[in-house]
Amino acid sequence: MSWIGDNTGLIWDQLREHLYLAILPVIFGLIISIPLGYIATRYSWLSNPLIAFGGVLYSLPSIALFIVIPAILGTKVLSTVNIIVALTIYTVSLLIRNVIDGLRSVPPDVRQSAIAVGYGSLHRVVAVDLPIAVPVIFAGLRVVTVANISMVSVGAVIGIGGLGELFTLGFQKDFLTPVVVGVVLSLLLALCADLIIVTLQRVLTPWARVASPVGEVA
Amino acid sequence: MWQYLTDSYNWSGNEGIWARILQHLWYTFAALGLSTVIALPIGLRIGHTRHGAFLAINLGNAARALPSLGLLMIAVLLTNEIGFLPVLIALVALGIPPILASTYAGLSGVDPATIDAARGMGMTGREILTKVEIPIALPLIISGVRSATLQIVSTATIAALVSLGGLGRYVVDGLKLRDFPQMFTGALLVALLAIALDAVFALIARVTVSEGLKIG
Amino acid sequence: MIEFEDVTKRYPDGTVAVDKLSLRIPSNQITVLVGPSGCGKTTSLRMINRTIERTSGTISIDGEDISGKDAVTLRRGIGYVIQNAGLFPHKTVVDNVATVPKLLGWDKRKAHDTAMELLERVGLDLKLAQRYPAQLSGGQQQRVGVARALAADPAIMLMDEPFSAVDPIVRHQLQEELLRLQRDIGKTIVFVTHDIDEAIKLGDNVAVLQVGGKLAQFSPPAELLANPVDDFVRGFVGQDRGYRALTFVHPDELRVHPLPAELALQDGVPVGWRNGSQELLPLGSVFKRGDSLRAALDAVLTSPTGCGVCVDDNGKAIGVIDQTTVAEALRS
Repeated sequence: MSWIGDNTGLIWDQLREHLYLAILPVIFGLIISIPLGYIATRYSWLSNPLIAFGGVLYSLPSIALFIVIPAILGTKVLSTVNIIVALTIYTVSLLIRNVIDGLRSVPPDVRQSAIAVGYGSLHRVVAVDLPIAVPVIFAGLRVVTVANISMVSVGAVIGIGGLGELFTLGFQKDFLTPVVVGVVLSLLLALCADLIIVTLQRVLTPWARVASPVGEVA
Repeated sequence: MWQYLTDSYNWSGNEGIWARILQHLWYTFAALGLSTVIALPIGLRIGHTRHGAFLAINLGNAARALPSLGLLMIAVLLTNEIGFLPVLIALVALGIPPILASTYAGLSGVDPATIDAARGMGMTGREILTKVEIPIALPLIISGVRSATLQIVSTATIAALVSLGGLGRYVVDGLKLRDFPQMFTGALLVALLAIALDAVFALIARVTVSEGLKIG
Repeated sequence: MIEFEDVTKRYPDGTVAVDKLSLRIPSNQITVLVGPSGCGKTTSLRMINRTIERTSGTISIDGEDISGKDAVTLRRGIGYVIQNAGLFPHKTVVDNVATVPKLLGWDKRKAHDTAMELLERVGLDLKLAQRYPAQLSGGQQQRVGVARALAADPAIMLMDEPFSAVDPIVRHQLQEELLRLQRDIGKTIVFVTHDIDEAIKLGDNVAVLQVGGKLAQFSPPAELLANPVDDFVRGFVGQDRGYRALTFVHPDELRVHPLPAELALQDGVPVGWRNGSQELLPLGSVFKRGDSLRAALDAVLTSPTGCGVCVDDNGKAIGVIDQTTVAEALRS
């Protein structure tokens, strides 16, 4: 227990690194997959191949990606860029399906009304389609965020792993405490992230909260 | 980068590439088998009777947050030995949630009207489970096992850190020796193995899932 | 015969779904249980095959108390058709129909052949046999549901709002098919519906149930229309009782007059009414000898000339009637 007190600096550093390595890919992933998903709904023949390709990418073990990417990018293995690029790829490959399904879930009548009212197509996507697609996209967002937080620690195998480095530290010293601290913090991080995303979703979709019509009908 | 892979010397012997691939497959199937044997009956029971649904639904979500490396380390440190046993425990712990959650999801997704018709026409509880619920839930059950497999293959790789064999050996040893071609070989082979196993499951699904479920 | 003796269904939270129901459902006839939501009609039906267990009272089939029998065996001897059919999506149409025979251990070949025969019986194209339920329309699925219930040749059929989920045209077809089928096979059918018109059309006997599971009236439909027992039944049966009751009046002989010159014929089949100009006035409905008085009256009402045309089985006109003919038939 005293170990925690003695090493708060280390723990804090690793936590920050972990957050950075997990959240950045989520943000990049969103920025990439939303336009990509939109294009896939415009040219519908793209959707299935994209989703299938994403499925294949997602099935690759994370450690494999962390190593193969430097070979492709030419960066050094021991660099945070690899982790971020790899996790971004994971995020996109999972999120693309949710973005496509979400955009497709907009009811045709709604789309028709939006066009009839006079929305230009890009404006319509941003103002109408995306908000309606939020629940589906956010469902995917929750999954990828939690998965990313869990996967960052795998990077500890090659030396960069945020809280994962606490695992290797504990293992090398045959000391359980750092490992448990790392696992608990990782779980807490995932829980908080999940709660934040759920709250964000509720904020973004006020219409979903109102279950019944306002006012009495006689 | 490709040198390690193409050097034929590296393919033979007890520490050769073929051996490592087989080791990795053995770890994967042992853990998968055990996970399935444990999780499938529980998932079927919860799905059929709807008792304990809370567990089945939330376990899947919670388990996704578990850092696999941390779990491995804990297993090793707690059992106080290095070898397959702690790794097996960790792998099985990681494999159970997806199978349990997907099996439950599959069974609870069966249209209640279909089950009502089955009951009304005189099927026993077991007949309803085997002839109606399982066949209809099969796509989701298979996807759960598929998820578990990928998770296990992935974690078996990093288990090389705790002195396990398998393809992760190339990654860990290569890292220590700064031998990038070796690391690359390990990573590439794991990736290919994962893709191959995933394709096998896709094939299993294609063959066993009824045509009638794929329409619409 | 199915007999309910003081049957009650009370749920743990206190709701009484069925309240001391006593009923004798005759064999080889269609008995309809009808009533508003919450009247216990579906609950009563499901107590017959014990998918819901009664709290007290006795239900017996041909004198034998059903609670003594093994529930699964009981159900395999009773056909069960529900709304939306509940077909197994993972099996082909023919395998769906063959389900109960296979459960009973029939020879696979025999089960298959019986299933195919039944598909024909319920009016389905045999090409659909190898298709899957998701590829069929609602009406087709419902027919498969009926065929499936008939497969093991049960003496009793339970039908729970089977035609409610399809559109009116298909519903009408299915109702006609059921009546035709029943003429051929004569099963004991217990049919649940919330639609009084369907009850009157299909039932040999109609049981009207009230909310709370009480029996209000049990009689043949003509009797129900003519003599509703209290205000509830009167209200439930609805407007136009007198007019609808004409469906059950079949006058022995309607005096038909010879065909007037204004009736335009083609090979003896009436096609319209001449009115002096080039175009023909539309025909309106026609009726056959032996049809109900309601059909005859309808022919008179829809005809632009006030003359209803009577045709034979080939559609050829044999005579006309007018309002006085109908009035005479009503008086007698």
